[in-house]
Amino acid sequence: MNKEEIIKLIEEKTCNISTLEELNNLKVEFLGKKGIITEYQGMIKDIPNEEKKEFGMKVNEVRTLFNTKYEEIKNRLETELINKKLEEEAIDITLPSTKINIGSANILEKLIEEIEEVFMSMGYDVVDGPEIEEDKYNFEMLNIPKGHPARDAQDTFYIEGEEILLRSQTSPVQVRTMLEGKGEVPIRMICPGKTYRRDDDDATHSHQFMQIEGLLVDKDISLSDLKGTMEVVFKRLFGKDVKVRFRPSYYQFTEPSVEVDITCSSCKGKGCSICKNTGWITIAGAGMVHPNVLRMSGYDPDIWSGFAFGFGAERLAMLKYNIDDLRVFYNTDLRVLRDFDREDEE
Amino acid sequence: MISLNWVSDYIDIKDQNPKELATKITKAGINVEKVITHHIDNLVIGEVLECNPHPDSDHLNVCKVNIGSDVLQIVCGASNVREGIKVIVAKVGAILPGNFEIKKSKIRGVESYGMICALFELGLEEKTEENYNRGIEELPSDAPVGEDPLNYLGLDDTLYELDIHKHRNNDCYYHIGFAYEIAAILNRKVTLPSIEFKTVKDKIEDNFKLEVNTNKCTYYMAREVRNVKIGESPEFIKKRLINAGMRPINNVVDISNYVMLEFGQPLHFFDKDKLGDSIVVRDAKDNEKVITLDGKERILSHDDIVITDGEKPVCIAGVMGGENTEVDENTKNILIEAAIFNPVSIRYTSRKLGLPSEASIRYGKGLSYEYTEMASKRACHLLEKYAEAEVLEGYVLIDKENHEEKKLSFYPEEVDKLLGITISEEDMKLELDRLDFPYEIDNHKFNVTVPRRRLDIDPNVNDIAEEIGRLYGYDNLKGTLPKIEIRRGIYKGDVKYRKIISKRLRSLSLNEVKTYTLVSPDMAKMFNYENKEKVVLPNPMSMDKSIVRTTLIPSLMNVYEYNKYRNVKDISIYEIAKTYDKEYNETTKVSGLLSGEYTTNTWRENIKIDFYLVKGIIENVLDYMGYKNRYSFVKGNINELHPGVQANIILDGKSIGIIGKIHPNITKDDIYIFEFDLNSLIGKSSKLKYKEGYKYPSISKDMAFIIDKKIEAGDIIKTIKKASGNILKEVNVFDIYMGNNIDNDKKSIAFNLLYNGDTKTLTDDEVMELFNKAIKEVENKYNAILRNN
Repeated sequence: MNKEEIIKLIEEKTCNISTLEELNNLKVEFLGKKGIITEYQGMIKDIPNEEKKEFGMKVNEVRTLFNTKYEEIKNRLETELINKKLEEEAIDITLPSTKINIGSANILEKLIEEIEEVFMSMGYDVVDGPEIEEDKYNFEMLNIPKGHPARDAQDTFYIEGEEILLRSQTSPVQVRTMLEGKGEVPIRMICPGKTYRRDDDDATHSHQFMQIEGLLVDKDISLSDLKGTMEVVFKRLFGKDVKVRFRPSYYQFTEPSVEVDITCSSCKGKGCSICKNTGWITIAGAGMVHPNVLRMSGYDPDIWSGFAFGFGAERLAMLKYNIDDLRVFYNTDLRVLRDFDREDEE
Repeated sequence: MISLNWVSDYIDIKDQNPKELATKITKAGINVEKVITHHIDNLVIGEVLECNPHPDSDHLNVCKVNIGSDVLQIVCGASNVREGIKVIVAKVGAILPGNFEIKKSKIRGVESYGMICALFELGLEEKTEENYNRGIEELPSDAPVGEDPLNYLGLDDTLYELDIHKHRNNDCYYHIGFAYEIAAILNRKVTLPSIEFKTVKDKIEDNFKLEVNTNKCTYYMAREVRNVKIGESPEFIKKRLINAGMRPINNVVDISNYVMLEFGQPLHFFDKDKLGDSIVVRDAKDNEKVITLDGKERILSHDDIVITDGEKPVCIAGVMGGENTEVDENTKNILIEAAIFNPVSIRYTSRKLGLPSEASIRYGKGLSYEYTEMASKRACHLLEKYAEAEVLEGYVLIDKENHEEKKLSFYPEEVDKLLGITISEEDMKLELDRLDFPYEIDNHKFNVTVPRRRLDIDPNVNDIAEEIGRLYGYDNLKGTLPKIEIRRGIYKGDVKYRKIISKRLRSLSLNEVKTYTLVSPDMAKMFNYENKEKVVLPNPMSMDKSIVRTTLIPSLMNVYEYNKYRNVKDISIYEIAKTYDKEYNETTKVSGLLSGEYTTNTWRENIKIDFYLVKGIIENVLDYMGYKNRYSFVKGNINELHPGVQANIILDGKSIGIIGKIHPNITKDDIYIFEFDLNSLIGKSSKLKYKEGYKYPSISKDMAFIIDKKIEAGDIIKTIKKASGNILKEVNVFDIYMGNNIDNDKKSIAFNLLYNGDTKTLTDDEVMELFNKAIKEVENKYNAILRNN
């Protein structure tokens, strides 16, 4: 047996292999039943004993050589095959995606949920109440008896005489919550909800609008606590640099009453058209709950005190998102709304 | 409107800058919305030297106007312009209200170098048709040419326009009240005007009878003056009335208005000779008629108050006088009414008659009898001085006002606690002094008497804390948070469910919309599937918002149309809102509308929205809320939905809503809707608990039948389940086939059944037994043929 010749043969035959099929054929040629190496293997028994060992070693040597070559080529061909397949499978990643449409919150609801989150973190429950209300809850128990001028400002949709109405404010929910509390438990609640007044719909008025009112009744509550609470809320909504100022005001159900101004979010207090050059924007009405209101709802004003506040969701949203016509909240343009399906910057 | 010139009669504010003062007032509680300074540059008094018709116009005149330094050619359109009159000229460069700049111009070919003005054009009067027709303002003949006309007229005042919607009482409506407010802010004293007058010998009570027969009049004082000389008012009264937006009429009428603007107390002057010798105040009779000063007949009812001469009405109390007793140029003797009427009643009457007057607004705010009396005297003082009136001695009076002093007591700590800051006793004293509230201190306890003019202050600590706090300054408050229990708030009641469903629907691609509760009659007719009677507003603003809706579907369809019109093709929206029926029963509805494609890929096929997708959304929501295996869908029969593509959603055996495709008669578009009742989902699910997955291997079997087309898969599944017992865990349809090899009225339907043992591995035999039983049942019950393949 000429080892060198076989080695040369292996080298020659393997160098042109380009497919796995050819490679397997080659394997048969060398290692198959009638393969070259197999035949030499079969010869071993006829080799004289003293040469057997050397002959056997030679056969093993070429077998190993072949096998090594075989594995090497096989790996190379398989890799080539996979690479080719991968190449074929390549796609145009610049083609448009399949959009999974996630629905967005209504702009007002998005804002309301943000506000709810702040208040809930401060222990306020979120409560709702009826939109068709009794005069008693909407006005009388809020220290606004029949014929009171404060009723004029809220031109109300009456349904049945002067007794049943579409609520003109969400304050009746506060009354109901206090009545439920029976003058025994502290209260922390906000009640965002729909309200109705006889206004013609235009860019800044709507016969239906959303109010966010809140109430806290506990012990030793002060006007400074109200100010701190408003600061937390408006800093969260309009940025940490926002300043809050109180101006004296008048509401029937609070005493003292204040109007809450914040530094103009548009000009940062420098003065612009939005804040009429004052640097301040009125954003809420608030005050210490009037002793009469506490008393009427079963809370002894000698023991309990509290504050109440209210703001308009539309106005807040218009300021926050720079919207100049509140009708956009009620004529939903989905192209616009889809842009609102995202997290907001703090 | 408050005139600073006028206010300075009662308090010294000469050293104050009007703008800075306005800021201080606003900070202390009365919102000064606008500071109006009546000064306009390039305004001069001119004399019309010539006035000739415009060659190219039938109503314009070309004037030559002497303004002292120059003679200007001005084209003027006013009908009253003529030679020789003194006028107000706005020269080139003057900027009139509304940012209207006067420029050199050519009017129909004739050059014009300015404008001759009416008062309303200078912002000194309202722009009414009446004022417009009056033409340009004619100045007195001795007006000095070339001078500033507003200065000459005394109209170069500073006016405060107040936000009258938010204020504590009627302070904004009279100058003395406003002076007190300024006094408190600046810590100065108010001087009240003179109310002195001489009287003639006759006593009014000797020959005048007063009766008040209604409890809606708590105070009625009448005085009488004689021999008034009707004429023009003195200049200062005229000017001040003009600045307050009232046109001077004659000295007598002007004085009644003047006193009202001073004291906030409306007065009414009757021509005593027309009136007679008695007044009876009473409730009006139903359908009682009176002709008011404006010549119109007014029909009254028992809710109104009338002043009568004992028989016929002579005045609608607090609202408007009667024509029959009107003061005119021949009036000699006057009866002065100074009264307090029930504010609610006055407000009601003036609104009902559409007569909101300066007087009715003030009556409607409530009045203090101290000022009523003073105003009566003040009127006498002014009538004596400016109308040569002789005042009769005494007065007739019915007084049912409470004369008790309004007192309140407080400890400084109580105010501190309410405000959350510490104000020293000294500072509290200072604030009370500034307010001009008399007080005494008894061992740290303040006993305060509230002046009657402060009708708004109730005797409690909150009210005094507000007064002290606002003067001390709310800027001194430091924000704190309540020192109370720490907890996190929750969504309560149906709010919680609204939020859960909302969140889920959004994640299932539906966009939240908001629509109006009030709908039109046409919308109210649609989707009345629950046959609910509706709340119809008795006085709607318009018909399209006149009915309280019981379903949200028509509103969602409007949103669909709105977006379709804007080329939005794939629309999936929802709304959660309250609805009410005629008995005011509240139902919160969850409604959705979907159309188009569910996913969006512009170059490949997408998932189209169809009934099964919407059904899947509903199931997803119900599963999420914990109602798995408790709901089903049964065929519905709602008119507005496709008869073959609609269902009722059944939960625990009760229908909670609907789902379906909108009927082709209503829209050609493929629109799917659902609506269900949120309230019926509240509080019925159980607590979430861990449940182990199947421990033993499951066995899966398929069966397929040829069956009548009309038989519903849901029924077959029910039959299979019933026959299989509890080792059958799932049945799913995996193939539906109609067409080749199957009769027209038949379909092939294939099910996959999944068996699992709860306590052991199932044997083939026991599964086969139940499997075959299920096949038998289906064959027998539905005349089905098992397919072998």
